[in-house]
Amino acid sequence: MARTVIPFGPQHPVLPEPLHLTLTVEDEIVKEAIPKLGYVHRGLEKLAEIRDHTQMIQIVERVCGICSTLHAMCYCQGIEALMNVEVPPRAKFLRVIWAEMHRMHSHLLWLGLFADAFGFESLFMQFWRIRERIMDLQEATSGNRVIVSVNCVGGVKRDIDAEMEKWILDTMKIVEREVLQLKSTIMDDFTVKRRTVGIGVLSKEKAYEMGAAGPTLRASGIAQDMRQTGYAAYSELNFEPVVETDGDCYARTVCRFNEVFQAIDLIREAFAKLPQSELAVKAKGLPNGEVVSRVEQPRGECLYYLKGTGSKYLDRVRIRTPTFANIPPLLEMLPGCDLADVPVLILTIDPCISCTER
Amino acid sequence: MKDCVVVINEENTPELTPDRIITQTRILKDEGFRFVTMSSTDLGDRICVLYHLDKDLQLINLKVEVPKGTKIPSICSVYASAVLIENEIKEHFGVEFDGLSLDFQGMLYLDEEVQKTPFCKIGINRV
Amino acid sequence: MFMTKNVLKNLMTKYATRLYPFKKRETFKDVKGELKIEMEKCILCGVCKMRCPSQSIAVDKQAKSWGVDPFSCVYCGICVDACPVKCLYQEGLYRTPLAEKDQVLHFQEAKSEEPAPAP
Repeated sequence: MARTVIPFGPQHPVLPEPLHLTLTVEDEIVKEAIPKLGYVHRGLEKLAEIRDHTQMIQIVERVCGICSTLHAMCYCQGIEALMNVEVPPRAKFLRVIWAEMHRMHSHLLWLGLFADAFGFESLFMQFWRIRERIMDLQEATSGNRVIVSVNCVGGVKRDIDAEMEKWILDTMKIVEREVLQLKSTIMDDFTVKRRTVGIGVLSKEKAYEMGAAGPTLRASGIAQDMRQTGYAAYSELNFEPVVETDGDCYARTVCRFNEVFQAIDLIREAFAKLPQSELAVKAKGLPNGEVVSRVEQPRGECLYYLKGTGSKYLDRVRIRTPTFANIPPLLEMLPGCDLADVPVLILTIDPCISCTER
Repeated sequence: MKDCVVVINEENTPELTPDRIITQTRILKDEGFRFVTMSSTDLGDRICVLYHLDKDLQLINLKVEVPKGTKIPSICSVYASAVLIENEIKEHFGVEFDGLSLDFQGMLYLDEEVQKTPFCKIGINRV
Repeated sequence: MFMTKNVLKNLMTKYATRLYPFKKRETFKDVKGELKIEMEKCILCGVCKMRCPSQSIAVDKQAKSWGVDPFSCVYCGICVDACPVKCLYQEGLYRTPLAEKDQVLHFQEAKSEEPAPAP
């Protein structure tokens, strides 16, 4: 049969993100996929030239709503290295707590969207209802639901008191119970398995070679997680990356599902070890030099390259987000799959096009 | 702490000439390094391109400095995933890459009507 | 048959969602909501204007006025932290949507509060 070219996106009923793919199909089997970006390109990196280095925290938070605190954390980490600031221990632990809450709400959001992608609307509602509890925690602890603007150069801005701690730990218990209730629905359901098992297989070697990041990489059997490097307080916490070996859509779902529980455990452990100290130290001087800073976002490894020239303004802020790294593996997975599986496949890399284009 | 924050200085970042970049990345790939990304900065009349590679969370940076608007060899033949970022640098900084496996012709993010490279301090004309 | 238990349970329990216009959620303490000012305390130093990442604050020493464009404010709370006399504060409620853009402008003397026409 003759080849047909199908434009997929940027507006598509199942795709929440403005990603365009030009798919060449033959008998409903995808043969080739070419991406086109640029629908939400905002040039945030360029803003570094007219906003000083403390105002950039608020700007990098808005690169992506879902992983906002991790963007700010990565940026602050880099600036702190340039200015030789040692963050107080309590601030390190609080950063971990907010980061893990972010990871939980991002993964629950993704699990809901994923259920929605193959038409399981009620499961979508269930996941988002659980997510709402975490959004409430974020609003109560930091003042905002999504853009948790708590990081500053030298520490954090807000504290979590004992009353709030008890509330968070109680909510973690409820969330754990409720997510466990949904486990059999998403893991053992016949329909879900037919849509995910064995589809979009990314082999271990290919995932590594194409530079995949985050759950996409770990679901292919490579235990690489930036949290192993022990930034913030992760070096003092008991941490093992979640790894799956199959490399298909199902493995990526299981990987993210298990990371929700890992995040709950990390929050509990962080509260148990939370030390008493001041929240932030005053950062003196101006950033001078070049630094590369990396953190693990819900979607994968995020890299910041910062260059300061000793003035108030940074010379260059370069942001490499996990979705940018995950697009080449996606293009590797797409050829050979059914046209009907394309939305499911795209969603399993957890795309965030706002991140990718900045 | 392993390699979550790396301050770049002369010791840990070797500077290469553009023609050596393919050989050097191929050596590193054979050692098992993964391509992370590339960064670029405007240095006035020159562009600095940094290659970030990592293995077991150890980050290695390679530095290449070229005058504005020149051509450097693409590493697509070594790391296929570099194609997106090389297209991005081509659009934003006007560095031409020789041997791109998928060339967006400067239209990955931007449109035809954009005349100058937007991320340079003094933009140069786009081809 | 195996669903009977669930059906009965769902009939007996309350709504999963809030009946919104009639029942509103209480806001949490220290929520970063609408930006307000106690104009009599303000010294018109302009620190908030300099620190604002979205450049939405305008301070005029001559006219003794302080203004904010609520449509470009990102509710980050930097100005509240930076204010040397602590005259800025954020209220728990967010602004309600409006059909047209407007600006909030406060004057220090005589005229206490007066919305200015959109620029």
